[in-house]
Amino acid sequence: MSALINIGYLVASVLFILGLKGLTHPRTAVRGNLLGAVGMLLAVLLTLTNQRIISYEWIILGLIIGGAIGAALAIKIEMTSMPELVAVFNGFGGIASVLVAGAALLENTLTAEVPVMQLTVAIAVSGLIGAVTFWGSLVAFGKLKGLIGDNAILFSGQQIINAILAVTVLALSCWVVVDPANGMAYWLLVGVASALGVLLVIPVGGADMPVVVALLNSYSGLAAAATGFVLSNNVLIITGSLVGASGLILTQIMCKAMNRSLTNVLFGVMAPVGDGGPSADDVYGGKVKSASPEEVALLFDAARRVSIIPGYGMAVSQAQHPVATLAALLESRGITVEYGVHPVAGRMPGHMNVLLAEADVPYEALRDMDETNLDIDQVDVALVIGANDVVNPMARTDPSSPIAGMPIIDVDKAKTVVIIKRSLSPGFAGIPNPLFALDNSLMLFGDGKKMVLDIIAALKEA
Amino acid sequence: MEMFIMGLTIFALAIFVGFEIITKIPPTLHTPLMSGSNAISGITVVGAVLSSGSQDTMTTTILGVLAVIFATINVVGGFMVTNRMLAMFKKKS
Repeated sequence: MSALINIGYLVASVLFILGLKGLTHPRTAVRGNLLGAVGMLLAVLLTLTNQRIISYEWIILGLIIGGAIGAALAIKIEMTSMPELVAVFNGFGGIASVLVAGAALLENTLTAEVPVMQLTVAIAVSGLIGAVTFWGSLVAFGKLKGLIGDNAILFSGQQIINAILAVTVLALSCWVVVDPANGMAYWLLVGVASALGVLLVIPVGGADMPVVVALLNSYSGLAAAATGFVLSNNVLIITGSLVGASGLILTQIMCKAMNRSLTNVLFGVMAPVGDGGPSADDVYGGKVKSASPEEVALLFDAARRVSIIPGYGMAVSQAQHPVATLAALLESRGITVEYGVHPVAGRMPGHMNVLLAEADVPYEALRDMDETNLDIDQVDVALVIGANDVVNPMARTDPSSPIAGMPIIDVDKAKTVVIIKRSLSPGFAGIPNPLFALDNSLMLFGDGKKMVLDIIAALKEA
Repeated sequence: MEMFIMGLTIFALAIFVGFEIITKIPPTLHTPLMSGSNAISGITVVGAVLSSGSQDTMTTTILGVLAVIFATINVVGGFMVTNRMLAMFKKKS
């Protein structure tokens, strides 16, 4: 019987791998996700046949409550709030690992055998990663939702406190391993790891969130893998490491897209604004031209090719539907419209793509940064909506700027650039953007959604 | 110990499988990949079911049930929201 269950777990693992593979292409992605869900159902059903289970009512109650909450969240959530939801789901995976490892430790002390060291090590690791993931995700959720300041929260001595916590966590882990019968050690470990989770995410600022969300995704996988070692269950180990690897790759992609190292993002060290850096007055003084929606509409009328560059501001003002309407209107007049999406635009990997997909933009029209830069000089009008640092040419031109070397979308090379923005206030990097003062740039000051609607109205009138 | 080494072997190999699969993913699908892989990491539900069903003590049962709830939110919510997102990507193609 147990061999049969293990073969079933193997089938589930294969389904997970095929499912993830499916997620790598839009055509196969829905099926991939379904394969994953089938694998999960199979794994749960097999587990229910385990002879250790003597009562089902609590399990069923838990499954019903969890399933109902999960389904309600998934159905109700607005696409613009997707980063928060993913963050909180990551955290729930983490806390589940903490609880399971805690229960396993307790069960083991009951049997009065001295548990082998591999088991206690796995329990400590499970509790540690799980607690960091849970609390880190909650802080990320709070930041994304705007409950806690979106900016990096830094205080003096932060690194020292983190170092002390890290050492304490290691010491407590050793205590759990050496003296597993002492239940208190484990929960102390979980408590200190929780504080560490909070402090690790607190210093990370808004625009760096994509890295953190991806990293927590990886942690939630590693926590599951550690729990797999606790239970000597291969399906958990395989699945956890798959997710851990996938989150790690996303983290790496995000870091690369910002030209920053992971430690740099995690410890909130943004390169300081050099003293020699130009002030906002130097950059903008008298050179910024502002336009009206009507003037922008005239520009579009004369254009043959338009590229739309969305940023976090598009999500904030919920402008994705008007943007898609504008694109459709332009296309109906024979103008080519495409979208240039920067990898870290928004608050999570792929954030812009999801919003545009929600607004029915075909994914063929979404071009990544490199593709966009290839022929941006042939674009008549580049429309930047709610993006700032990712289109700042200083990344290319000023080696002393904090964003020096960060890959950007070179909209300044388009024939005309229209930037929809509320004001000239700096983006996350805290530096002025010379793009706004270029001869071929026009600022359209106002709320993203309202401005796009105004352009549409002006186009229809003309 | 043998069991542990076996687990470690599987862990290392699965990491490589993960790297191989995910490096090919287009940026468009990064969000669904995260929510989808996130749902899969809710596999901890397997361990949670065992803890809550074996009824060793009241405490392990409570820990187990709480874990079942959290992991199931993760699993059900994750798969459903991924499906919802992917449906939006699909309808035009």
